[in-house]
Amino acid sequence: MKKLLAVLLAVMLLIGLAPVALAEDAIELKLFYPVNVDGPLVALIEKICADFTAENPNIIIKPIYTGNYDDNIIKLQTAFEANDQPDMVINLGTNRFSMVYSDYALCLDDLIASDGGDEFINDFVESFMIDSYVDGKIYSIPFQRSVNILYYNKDMFVAAGLDPDTPPTTWEELIDYAQKLTIRDDNGNVTQWGVALGLSTGSAQWTFTGLALQNSLDGSGLATEDGKAVLFNTNENIEALQFVIDLQQKYKVMQEGIIANGDLPTMLKEGVVAMIENTTGGMTSIASSGINFGVAMLPGPRRNGAPTGGGNIYICSGIPESHQKAAWSFIRFATEPERVAQWAVDTGYVATRYSAMETETYKTYLENRPQAAIGMEALKYAAPELTVFDCAKIWRIFNDYVQAAIIGEMTPAEAMEAAQQEATAALAKYQ
Amino acid sequence: MNHPEKAMMRRSGRLQLRNDMAAWLLLLPTLIFMLTFSIYPIMRSIYLSFFRLELGMRTPEPIGIANYQYLFHNYLFKKVMRNTGISVLLTVIPTMVIGLLFALAVNRRSRMIGLLRTAFFYPVVMPMIAAACIWKFFYMPQLGLISKTLAAFGVGEQNFLSSRSLVLPALAVVYIWKDSGYLMVFWLSGLQGIDQQLYEAAEIDGASSVRTFFSITLPLLMPTFLFVSTMALTNSLKLVDHIMVMTEGAPSNGSTTLLYYIYLNAFNNFDQGIASTLTTIMLVIMVAVTMLQYLSTDNRIHYN
Repeated sequence: MKKLLAVLLAVMLLIGLAPVALAEDAIELKLFYPVNVDGPLVALIEKICADFTAENPNIIIKPIYTGNYDDNIIKLQTAFEANDQPDMVINLGTNRFSMVYSDYALCLDDLIASDGGDEFINDFVESFMIDSYVDGKIYSIPFQRSVNILYYNKDMFVAAGLDPDTPPTTWEELIDYAQKLTIRDDNGNVTQWGVALGLSTGSAQWTFTGLALQNSLDGSGLATEDGKAVLFNTNENIEALQFVIDLQQKYKVMQEGIIANGDLPTMLKEGVVAMIENTTGGMTSIASSGINFGVAMLPGPRRNGAPTGGGNIYICSGIPESHQKAAWSFIRFATEPERVAQWAVDTGYVATRYSAMETETYKTYLENRPQAAIGMEALKYAAPELTVFDCAKIWRIFNDYVQAAIIGEMTPAEAMEAAQQEATAALAKYQ
Repeated sequence: MNHPEKAMMRRSGRLQLRNDMAAWLLLLPTLIFMLTFSIYPIMRSIYLSFFRLELGMRTPEPIGIANYQYLFHNYLFKKVMRNTGISVLLTVIPTMVIGLLFALAVNRRSRMIGLLRTAFFYPVVMPMIAAACIWKFFYMPQLGLISKTLAAFGVGEQNFLSSRSLVLPALAVVYIWKDSGYLMVFWLSGLQGIDQQLYEAAEIDGASSVRTFFSITLPLLMPTFLFVSTMALTNSLKLVDHIMVMTEGAPSNGSTTLLYYIYLNAFNNFDQGIASTLTTIMLVIMVAVTMLQYLSTDNRIHYN
């Protein structure tokens, strides 16, 4: 018995010491990453990390799955407070101001200058790069990005006497098409809605960034570029809110109440709605349902504005310089054109680099799924969804007041005024 | 005092000490746990409620009772308290009544009853998140089970989870479905503690079952009533998983209750000062309610 114990202890000691012996030269980098869409993303991320270590044996990447974007932020905050932050994190581009203000993100300008330079940065799609800048400096690189587009059921178009290859391009046309596409049964109950937009908590700001970009006089969205002020109570944004309410109450082409953003693909697939505004990330799922679907840029009165979303890779501040350099080489690896193209094919996220779209992988992908090309088209008019300091709080304020207007508690003007006031008060300390 | 007596006293003193030591050692694990995960967080929350600690701040800034003053004048806090009050009313009484009815129904010995007990208790063991996801689908307009059932009866379309007036009752239904079985178990143990002879005596005297219930069963269930009502009340304040999954507080915070509001302030806004203040308020409410119950029912309890 005692001998067995001794042997056991010796074995445990050896096992415990082994990694120490191996890791003398190796650097281990921790990567926090969230997954917010359907698909085998965990396996894909782990593969990228394993491939990198295969090519760079003395840099081991340890990917740590953190949940969805909300869980990710909480875990990141906790890690920083415990002085145990990861080396890299994939975080929302919309969090950039808080990341810099809380001193969580490392400025990447020096690393870019040393390896990659302007040539590297200019290859990224401009609409996606907007999220990388704070005060003119770059703090993150686009990685898993998406844009909002219009999905529509071509068969329903044909049945309604509409040309399935001519989707609506303005709000007027959207109303017109939707009226033709809304079908009621003998009792007056709707069996098929014309259009559906996401208005649930956490998605109203996504939908309305698009509407704001489509209707604004100067192409601005819901906030100023420096992230310190919101533009909720402009006439055009109040008009946008009124437009959504009209779709529900006046034209009766959209289901009343708060439609959950997550329900939109299901509604399209089940055939209860003809048109939805949804993320490019949902394309694989909608395609797999077998319905004959078409895609288009979001319709708008002044331009085809759309919100971009998704995550960028940040390097965390406070890590040793050797780790910073190693992390940068990982970022360069993960964003190589071929890898970006493969990521887009595997996940449905939009390719972030122009050179990625020139690869054979991507060209074959477009042959099999021609609808995917709309992502690049839409990006020409796209801008980040509502991005300000203290983002989560401001999103919540905006979402709450939009909902209040939708359910009739307040008029659009009252709701947007109240939202403007509360948001401005919350942002006061950042001026 | 002579030596043998002194020796005996010393020995019994040491024995007492050893017994005390043993008792303390046995209590130590639970005590450490309670201190670390209950007492310390409570103390820290009360402490932080007098500070300002927002996103990005490294050290808390003392501000006295400013947090409390802010909350008591804040329209959202008043809305949240109103929602919490309505939620509690909609869930506590139904779950207690239904739990009692279930318990009365299954307070017999038979094979069928075993099956019935399982059926009543089954929702309790199901994780709330899973149950809430399914109920969210039930409530989905047009495609959900409830919508289709209502349509079969000719009732029009109703978006329950985005209706200002219907969202709290809709969420209460989920809670009642989930937790009635839990209270049933406690009622059942209370029922089985009642002496059968009392029922036999009542039967001989020719009392109706209703009379029996109100004169014998209910009074003797008073200790159980106290326990069940405390459980029901604290549970209804504590359970917000279904709110998180089904509405996230929508529409426009029409379904945000106190605990969910604490979560929003702590983990969405990262405002620890306000979150601590709200936690303290919730603590005071729960302690007050529990004390009230103990004080009011204590004189009506018949302990055997």
